[in-house]
Amino acid sequence: MRQPTRAWPYVLPALLAALAFVVLPMVFTVFIGFTNRSSTNLLDFERARAQLRDESVVVQGTAREFVLVHDPALGGVRVLLRPSARDAQAWISPVLPEANEEHAERGEKTDKAKLALALTPWAPADDAGNVAMAKKALPWHAVVDAVPQLRSVALETPTGELLQLISLREFAQRDRLYNATADGAMVDRLTGKRHAPDDRLGFFVSADGERLQPGYQVNVGTTHYQKLFGDAKFREPFVSVLTWTVLFAALSVSGAAGLGLLLASLLNWDRLRFANVYRLLLFLPYAVPGFLSILIFKGLFNQNLGEVNLILDALFGIKPAWFSDPWLAKVMLVLVNIWLGFPYMMIICTGLLQSIPADLREASAEAGAGPWTHFRRVVMPLIIKPMLPLLIAAFAFNFNNFVLVSLLTGGRPDLPDTTLPAGTTDILVSYTWRMAFNDSGQQYGLAAAISTVIFALVAVLTVLQLRLTRSVQAERQTP
Amino acid sequence: MAIVQAHSDRWRLWAAHAFLIALCGVVAFPFLVVLSVSLRPGNYASGQLWPSTVSLEHWRYVLGLAAIGPDGQSMAPDLPVLRWLWNSVKVATVSASVVLGLSATAAYAMARLPFRGRQGLLSSLMLVQMFPSVLALVALYTLFDRLGAVWPALGLNSHWALVLAYSGGIATHVWTLKGYYETLPVEIEEAARVDGASAWQSFVRVVVPMAMPMLVVVWLLAFIGVIIEYPVASVLVNEQDQLTLAAGSKLFLHEHNYRWGDFSAAAILSGLPITLVFLLAQRWMISGLAAGGVKG
Repeated sequence: MRQPTRAWPYVLPALLAALAFVVLPMVFTVFIGFTNRSSTNLLDFERARAQLRDESVVVQGTAREFVLVHDPALGGVRVLLRPSARDAQAWISPVLPEANEEHAERGEKTDKAKLALALTPWAPADDAGNVAMAKKALPWHAVVDAVPQLRSVALETPTGELLQLISLREFAQRDRLYNATADGAMVDRLTGKRHAPDDRLGFFVSADGERLQPGYQVNVGTTHYQKLFGDAKFREPFVSVLTWTVLFAALSVSGAAGLGLLLASLLNWDRLRFANVYRLLLFLPYAVPGFLSILIFKGLFNQNLGEVNLILDALFGIKPAWFSDPWLAKVMLVLVNIWLGFPYMMIICTGLLQSIPADLREASAEAGAGPWTHFRRVVMPLIIKPMLPLLIAAFAFNFNNFVLVSLLTGGRPDLPDTTLPAGTTDILVSYTWRMAFNDSGQQYGLAAAISTVIFALVAVLTVLQLRLTRSVQAERQTP
Repeated sequence: MAIVQAHSDRWRLWAAHAFLIALCGVVAFPFLVVLSVSLRPGNYASGQLWPSTVSLEHWRYVLGLAAIGPDGQSMAPDLPVLRWLWNSVKVATVSASVVLGLSATAAYAMARLPFRGRQGLLSSLMLVQMFPSVLALVALYTLFDRLGAVWPALGLNSHWALVLAYSGGIATHVWTLKGYYETLPVEIEEAARVDGASAWQSFVRVVVPMAMPMLVVVWLLAFIGVIIEYPVASVLVNEQDQLTLAAGSKLFLHEHNYRWGDFSAAAILSGLPITLVFLLAQRWMISGLAAGGVKG
C-alpha cells in the first residue's frame, strides 16, 4: 500500500487566506467594538504620550524676521536673519541644502533635531558683493517655494539656540510644552497644570476636566452597547435606521420575488412566443455591473437634470425631489433595488417551475381550475418551501446592501437633530460606514459595535436559512 | 397540452406580451438614455432620446484625450477613467489568479483526499462566507493601516492590499470546484498514480487539464467579482490615481462636479466588456457543469 497523500499542503494556503482576511477581520471587529477607537483615540498610551511630549511652543521673544537672499558666489539661497529687539546682530546661514522630507516631518519637535545649520554674523560692510546681495531679498513667492527646504533645517546660533521656521516671515526657538512625570501625567510647562491619564476615558485629563489631544485607545467594555440600547440620543436614530433596514430588505425581496415569479410563470407559458428573447432582455440588469446601474439611476433620478423627471414633467407637470424628500428617496431606493434584483429571482423561479410536472396543470384544468386557481392551489404550495431559504438569503443580502445605498443616496436625506449623522435612507451598514469613514470623527469603536450587532442578526438569519434548506433537502430525499 | 385552451387565452396572451414589452422597456430605458447622453454635447444637456447633434466630447474625455474648454484652453481630463479601468483589470487579474490557485488546490483535497475535519472545514468555510466583508470594513481598514506601517507596499492605497483582502473570498469557488472534481472519473487519476505519478503530479497533469473549463469559469467569476467590488476598494484606496473603476466611478456624479455625459461614456466603455465577460462565464458555467455531468 502507498502512503495516503497528506491533504494539508493543498488545504493550508486557502485556509490561511480565509483565516487572515475573513475570520481575523471579523474577530477584530468584535474586539474594536469594545474599545474607544476613533480619530481622537487612535494611538496606544505610549505613542500618545510620546506625541504629547513632542508638542512644543514658541519661546517668547525669540522670534526673528528673515529674508532669503541669493548668493551668486556660492550659487544658492541663504537665510538672512534681521536684528531683533533682543539682539542687534544680523545673522546669515550657509546655502540651504535640498529639502529633506524626513527632517521636515520632524516638524515643531525640539528633541529630535532637524538639520542644524550654523549661523555666522552678517556684516554687509565687509565687501561690495554682500551689499548688493542684501539689497535684493528674494520676493515672497520664492519664500513660499523654499518652504520645504526651510522646514528641513534648524538655524543654530553660536550660543546653541536652535531656530525653526514658524511662519513665512519668522524663525524662532521652540520648546517642549509638556513635562512628562514619572506617574504618567503631563504637566504644562507654561501654566503648571497637571493632566493625569484617565484609563476609563482614554485621555490625559486635568482636575478641571480639560482633555489633551490626542487621547489613547482603551478598553471601554460595553459602553457602546449601553449607548445604542440605553441612551435615547443614540437609540432613536439607531432604531430608526434598523426599522428602515428591515423594511427596505423586506420590500425589496418581496417586490423582486413577486415580479420574478410572475415573469417566470408568464415565460413558462408554452403558448407565449419569443419567451427566450424576453428572458435575455430581462436578464440584463443582473449581468450589468451593479455599481454602474446604480450610478446610472442616480443620474436618471436627478431632480432637475434627470430623464425620469423630464418625462414626469412632460406628462404630469411634476418634478419630484427624489433625493431630498425622505419618502420619495425610500421609494426610489426600493424601486431601483427591485429593478436590480428581479432577474435573479426570475431565473430561480423558472428553475423551480420547470421542476413541477406538466400533467399537474392538465389535472387542474380537468378539475375546472383556471390559471389563477392553479397557481394559488398547486404551484405556490409546491415552490414556496424550496424558495424560502433563497428568500432568506436575499433578505440577508439586502439587509447589508451597502453598495446600493452608498452609491444611490449615501443615506441622505439626514434625520434632524442627531449626535452623529444618520440618514432616513441609511441602512445599518451604511450608517456604520458613515460613522467610521465619513464626517463624524471616525467613530471606529461605535461603528464596530454596530457591526457586531449586525453579525449577530446575520448569524440568526443564516441558522434559519440552513435549517430550512436542510428540511427541504430531507423532504426531497424521502419518497 | 391541447386540453388547456380557453377562449379567453387570446386576450391573456396579448396582455402578457404588452406587460413583457413594457417591462423590457423599463429595463432597456436606462441603457438607452446612457447611450444617448454619451453622444450628446454638454454635461447638462437634456432632451431627446435621439440626439439631434452628435458630439464625441465625452468619448474623448474618457479616452483621456485633451478637450478644448469653454475658455479656449486645452484641458486634460481630470478623472483618469482608463487608469482606473487598468487598475481594476490589474487587481482583478492577480486576485482571480490567487483565488483560483487557492481554491483549486483546496477543492482537490476536499474532493479526493480524505482528512480529519474535512466536512467541518467545508461547512465552516461556507458559514464564514455568509458574513459579508462590508461588516468588517473598520477592521480591514485598521489591519491594512497597521500592515502598511510595517510594509508600505501592503498598506492602504496599495493594490496588493486589495489583492490580499480579496484572497480570502474562496468559499463559493471551493464548493463549485469540489462539485466539479467529483464529477470527473477517478479512474484516470488512479491509473496515473499506479504508473508512479505523485499526488501533486496527478493533480497538475491529470486533474487540472480535465477541469480546465471549470477552472476558466471560476477564474472569470472571481475576476468579475473583483471588478465590481465596491465597499472594500473604496475604503482601502483613497488616492485618485490608485482607485479602481468601481470606487472611482461615483466621482463623476459628485454634487460639485456633475459629469453626466462623461459618466455615460465611461459606463459604456467599462460596462460593456464586463457584461459580455459575465454573460460568457454564465454560459460556460452552465455548459461546463453539463459537460461534467455527462463525463461523470
